[in-house]
Amino acid sequence: MSFPILTCIVFAPLAGSMLILFTPKKNVNLIKVIATLATAAALCLSVLLLIKFNYSSPAMQFEEKAAWIPSINAWYHLGADGISVGLIFLTTLLSFLACIGSSGIKIRQKEYFFLYLLLSTGMLGTFTGLDMVLFYMFWEIVLVPMYFLIGIWGGQRKEYAAIKFFIYTLAGSVFMLLGILALYFTSTPHTFDILELTKTGGALTLSVQILIFIAFYLGFAVKVPVFPFHTWLPDAHVEAPTPISVLLAGVLLKMGGYGFFRISFPILKDAAHYFILPFAILGMINIIYGALVAMAQTDFKKMVAYSSVSHMGFVMLGLASMTATGFNGALLEMFNHGIITAGMFFLVGVLYDRAHTRELDKFGGLGVKMPVYAGMLSVFALASLGLPGLSGFISEFMSLLGTYPTFKLITIISSLGLIITAGYFLYMLQRILLGPVNEKWSAISDINKRELLTLIPLLIIVVIIGIYPLSALKYQIAAISALVQNLGGIAF
Amino acid sequence: MPEVILLVFALAILVCSLLMRSKGLLGALALTAVVLASLFLPRVNTTHASLFFNMLTDDAFSTFFKVICLFITGVIILISMGYKTLQSGHIGEYYFLLLSATIAMLLAVSSNNLIMIYISLEMLSLASYILVGFFKHDDLSSEGALKYFIFGALSTGIMLYGISLIYGVFGTMDLSAIANTLKTAPTNALISSVLLLFILAGLSFKCALVPFHMWAPDAYQGAPTSISAFISVGPKAVGFAVLLRIFTRNFLPLYADCVTIIMLVSVFTMTIGNIIAISQTNIKRMLAYSSIAQAGYILIGFVVGTASGTEGALYYIFAYTLMNLGAFGCIVLISNSIRSDNIEDYAGLSKKDPVSAFMLAVFLLSLAGIPPLAGFFGKFMVFAAAIGSKFIFLAVAGALNSVIAVYYYVKVIKYMYLDEPKATEMKKKPAPLQIALIIIMIGVLIAGIYPSPFLNWIRLSQVFFLQ
Repeated sequence: MSFPILTCIVFAPLAGSMLILFTPKKNVNLIKVIATLATAAALCLSVLLLIKFNYSSPAMQFEEKAAWIPSINAWYHLGADGISVGLIFLTTLLSFLACIGSSGIKIRQKEYFFLYLLLSTGMLGTFTGLDMVLFYMFWEIVLVPMYFLIGIWGGQRKEYAAIKFFIYTLAGSVFMLLGILALYFTSTPHTFDILELTKTGGALTLSVQILIFIAFYLGFAVKVPVFPFHTWLPDAHVEAPTPISVLLAGVLLKMGGYGFFRISFPILKDAAHYFILPFAILGMINIIYGALVAMAQTDFKKMVAYSSVSHMGFVMLGLASMTATGFNGALLEMFNHGIITAGMFFLVGVLYDRAHTRELDKFGGLGVKMPVYAGMLSVFALASLGLPGLSGFISEFMSLLGTYPTFKLITIISSLGLIITAGYFLYMLQRILLGPVNEKWSAISDINKRELLTLIPLLIIVVIIGIYPLSALKYQIAAISALVQNLGGIAF
Repeated sequence: MPEVILLVFALAILVCSLLMRSKGLLGALALTAVVLASLFLPRVNTTHASLFFNMLTDDAFSTFFKVICLFITGVIILISMGYKTLQSGHIGEYYFLLLSATIAMLLAVSSNNLIMIYISLEMLSLASYILVGFFKHDDLSSEGALKYFIFGALSTGIMLYGISLIYGVFGTMDLSAIANTLKTAPTNALISSVLLLFILAGLSFKCALVPFHMWAPDAYQGAPTSISAFISVGPKAVGFAVLLRIFTRNFLPLYADCVTIIMLVSVFTMTIGNIIAISQTNIKRMLAYSSIAQAGYILIGFVVGTASGTEGALYYIFAYTLMNLGAFGCIVLISNSIRSDNIEDYAGLSKKDPVSAFMLAVFLLSLAGIPPLAGFFGKFMVFAAAIGSKFIFLAVAGALNSVIAVYYYVKVIKYMYLDEPKATEMKKKPAPLQIALIIIMIGVLIAGIYPSPFLNWIRLSQVFFLQ
């Protein structure tokens, strides 16, 4: 048997968290070293995964399969293909960077890093698990550490935000559980294996498919989040500490989109076709509504949080297209948004650590005081608003391009969202960086080396994908074409 | 044989408590009895033997429940030994009653005759009434015991009436004989559903199902916490064992007539238990409502009635026993130090007593059904059974309920982890109880992550249903 690389990636953080459990509470430095090493190990392995990944093949690679609960035919089954490989890399990268960025955590470090690593394992397991029961378990494991991470280390309304996040996501996912069970019982022979179900799921009648699709939709839509299930997101993002906001926006939101790509669309083909119009409309609402609400925010972090709602709309829109271009755009948008928003949240954190406020109106003229920070903030804001040459543009453009042939009007309205997005990001830059210097911040220091260290890898990725999109697209093209073909969509 | 051992030891404890001055050994004696008794349990067997003119039967199904019952009593004894408020001059009677209740449980799960079922359930109830009122000078304890007694007397009365009607219709009280009659001659649907509902009423009391649940919160709150733990799992497991044996195994042809009613009982039990639990401020009361709700989930497996439904119900009972005992054990540990059962007084417990807080958090999350813990897999099994047999409504109701439930379970965790502690000294903790709880916690984790061995055991235990 070959080296079980995926198992190692998934459980490296868990191993770290177990080590931390047996480390004395006082020894904070050792705890940090263990956490950093565990996430670094996962990152190195996932880079290895990218190198060894055969991107010309749409098939599942690095598969691992072992008996788990034979009496219900549930398997320990991991695998990676073009759809998940980018997200695995994204998760390990952000876990590592946010771990470095966690030095701002000053209380209860042992518990923090224990939960942090547990969270990391949950997220990685979700992107690699190919058995529904396994997938669901990892999906739910994410909830508990996230509850604590927001609830203990969060801002003023942390308790409210934490329980709201918990209840919302759980309410969605119990319906997903029912959907999983329904798929199990409608398949012959009964199986939880996602790949098996992909082959046989199309045989179900449309009405059954629609029911199951809705059950899964409730689970995924809360995570994405799709309007009107998005209200937990601003609370959770704003209250969470910076590194956790990074993971929330960077990785957790992608779990929902990934669910559509991995389960809803390939297994329930007819229902997917049935629902593309609602998907497109909801995507459009997300884009426009998210952008408009973001524009109205005076809190920097809340603005970025709503910009996530807006950007995830492009994922929904791309999914609705049923074209290869749209799917590629949607999947790449998940990756790009993960990178860019992670950067944005880091930058919000940098400012908040110094000023202890996030009110946009209280800043001004910081461009003079913090030149490096200003440069970084400008690049990430421009990437986020979709400036050509940076990564965000490519994926949003592809989403719109892919959707245009099917839904012309919706695409046109959605593209107006780009203008609003440009509006609020530039307005934000103006309020923070330009104008007269607010005397209150005359002693503010520029971004330090450790903070730069967390941002530069993200910046490099943003620029590379922006200039040469194929560097990222090549991993997913084969898998997406196979998916489109399977769905009977347009290979355009 | 295990029953005889327990009886001998129970009497010995009664005598010893009169003779001995130090009462500390009595607990150890009771524990020895349980351990010895469990050594004499038969291995999982697929044949079943009848004893005493088919009054009792010895099969894999009863063995499963005997293991559970003895495990419960063992843990309860450990909890009692580590429970400070309980240590008084009457501790001898306490252990005697506990062992008597255990004998009754062992008899009830292996009874194959309605009158035998009735007698052993009454024996169990009588012991439980006294145990709930064990704090004689505490008003809440007496009130709880009285309520428990009145409700118990009423519902067993109804059940006895049902049994007499069954005797009138079938001319026998032997379950296997009735089953044979049913196979050949169909009965009137109206008569059969009335009969079964009478029986169901009696057993609903034991399992604290709506609408026979009113006694539970008062009894749980007033009783010594060790006894709250006991009645939340012991009589409940026995009640479900008898329900399954009567309905699913023997009266299956009649069962179809009242499945809708039992389904409604299940939904109401879950919903009422969960909704009222939200507003509780006393943790014992909260767990009382939570265990009402949990019985509703177990009932899902029972309603479905198929082999996989029974399997789900049995797995859920197993998981529920572990996690509820664990939760109550933690409460005893904590109340030794903070002298309170108010949820608000748990504030900041994670800093003062990280081990207890962590264990309680795990047990509560398991009760809430969060993977990868035992409670999740229990829910998974019963929901799977429900969906597999097209009880979609029941599955959706169960799913919605498990979302409601999260709120109050997590509320306790919020107090323990998110809030700042008030100043209280933590006392030294009794080691045996703490070790037992850690073992239970590991059990909860294993039963959630790798449930296969337990599933195989359960599948063997219910093999006779498939005949």
